[in-house]
Parts: sequence; C-alpha cells; structure tokens
Amino acid sequence: MPTPSKHWREIPQRYRLEAGKCTRCGYVAFPPRLVCPECGNREFAPVKLAETGTLLTYTVVRVAPGGFEDEAPYAVGIAELADGVKLTAQVADCAFADLKVGLKVRLEFRKLSEDGAAGVIAYGYKFVPA
Amino acid sequence: MVAVKNHDNGSKNPLAQFPVKISVEAVLNSVLVADPLRILDCSPITDGAAAVILCPAEMAGKFKTPGVRIAGTGQATDTIALSSRKDLCWLESTRVAAKKALAMAGRKVEDMHFFEVHDCFTIAEIMVMEALGLVPKGAGGKAVAEGLTRLDGKFPVNPSGGLKAKGHPVGATGVAQAVEAVKQLRGEAGPRQVKGARRGLTQNMGGTGGSSVVHVFEAM
Repeated sequence: MPTPSKHWREIPQRYRLEAGKCTRCGYVAFPPRLVCPECGNREFAPVKLAETGTLLTYTVVRVAPGGFEDEAPYAVGIAELADGVKLTAQVADCAFADLKVGLKVRLEFRKLSEDGAAGVIAYGYKFVPA
Repeated sequence: MVAVKNHDNGSKNPLAQFPVKISVEAVLNSVLVADPLRILDCSPITDGAAAVILCPAEMAGKFKTPGVRIAGTGQATDTIALSSRKDLCWLESTRVAAKKALAMAGRKVEDMHFFEVHDCFTIAEIMVMEALGLVPKGAGGKAVAEGLTRLDGKFPVNPSGGLKAKGHPVGATGVAQAVEAVKQLRGEAGPRQVKGARRGLTQNMGGTGGSSVVHVFEAM
C-alpha cells in the first residue's frame, strides 16, 4: 500500500504514463530516472508511453500480498509496449483461460487500491485485452 | 523434483524447519500460490539465526576446530524490476558474481564439490544452476530430474535442504549457507555429508536476482 505522499509523487507516471527519454541515447526510462542506466546522461525529455503492447509473461496470483487479499485471484503480467518499454501490471477484464503469451493488451486507467474507508484511493494503470 | 530433492536432504538436517520427505505427487497436488508455482514450490519465511567467526587465515590454526578458507567472493547486480531485464529466463547477476568469485579462487565451477544456492522458489534453483554454468540454459529442469544435483550426484545442490526445507530466515539465509559450507568441509554434516567435499560454492540473492553474492569455500 503506497503512502499518500508516495502516491502523490507518482501521479504523473501512474495517471498520465509520463516517462523520460534520454536526450543522448534515446533510452526510455519508466518510471522516470535521474541518470540514464545506458549512457550516464542526466537529461531527459518527457514522453508519454505507448498505450498498447504484447504480453511477454503472466501469472495468476492466488495468495496475495498485504493490501491485495480481497482481490485474489488476479492476473499480473509483463508486457512490452509498442515503444519497446516493458512494464508490470495487473491484467484485468480477461478470463484466466484466455491469458497467453503474445496476447495484445492496452493500458487502461483503473482504481488500484483503497487505503481504508476514509483513506486515499490509489489509481493507476492496468492491462486489459486490446 | 527440486522440492522433493531438497526435502530429502532437509530430512537429514536436524536444524531444518521442515525435515520431512515429500513426493512429486504431493508437490503437484498442493495449492497454487501464483501459477504455476504451488505452495510446495515456495520456500517458507522462517525465524532463525546463523553466525560465523571470521579471522585472518594465519590465525585459523590456533583454534581447536579446523578452519575453512574463503577462497573467493563476488557480487553483481542487475535491474531491480524483472520487467527491465533483457531476458526473463536468465540470472545475469549470478553469472557475473560466480565468475568473479571463481576467478579469485582460481577455480572452475566443475571443481566445486557442492553448492548451496538461493532456492526461494523451485524455478530459482534451476535458473541458478544454469547461471552458474552447471548445465546449459534450459537444461536445468531435466538435469534435476536425472539426479545431477542429488547428494550422490555429480553436482550436489543444497545438501542442507536449501531454503525450501531448511528454511529461509531471510536476513540469516546467506550466513546459514556459509555455516552449511563449513560443516560440509569439516566433514561434520552427518547423513547429508557430501563424500570427500574439499571445495564448495554458496550463492545468495536479493529480490528477483537484482543482486547476487557468490562465495567459494575451501577446506584448510
């Protein structure tokens, strides 16, 4: 469960898929970074991630970590987006039997978790079948 | 097969958390945690402690118990996020750490008589075997089924029972591997003793292999 302040700091990437593109070598960092892991450059231009991609691998989480107990079972996958960036997210709106490597997916804005009855609702992205 | 083999070894370790033998059927019929891993593919989280006494090599002869030499050490990192890896089926940090440790010891991986590795999940032990170079990439599962890594196999892996059977007291897990290496090299491992063990390798890692540490131990 992210703290409210951590969640607030991550809003640009979680809500708007903002990444950083290295101005020297073109590496796309998501989440954004201060130093390029490929070339050491410290300058990034903001870019928005591609919204479609292909599932590289997946699992169905049946015993969930803290904060997600009520959601189990749910699918989690790693997808490679059209711009080459790879990221991990839940795969929603997909029957487990339909999950497969190579599945075309799309990033959608979704509710991720709720921090108690009066707490912060965390929003972000999930994959859904394209 | 990894879990069955590690529980077999663990059943011979009086300090193991789960010193019980299990069958392949029991593993395959246990509940799913995250597909395709079942509960008997997963190491437990354990309360436990481990300790070693370090001293300069020239002092080791002054103690009543025989010393064990740390012949090589290596550490390497990889991306923290699994999704950032170039290859999801490869532990590059373990390969690099092992290369460094073996180079320092002046040994090859085939020279090792046993291996204590981070089998947090059964697939992790297989991937570590491949990254250490015990078998080619993709051949680990079959090699385990054929007995390569049993106590009496060519490359015994996790004679202690590993994280799976001995237990995984997270922060103490790495030192516990060193303790097993010392017992094996002193010939004090009882029914799980690897015969004639003079050199052994330990491999520990954090996260999903974002950091790996490898040590080479030799009997003095």
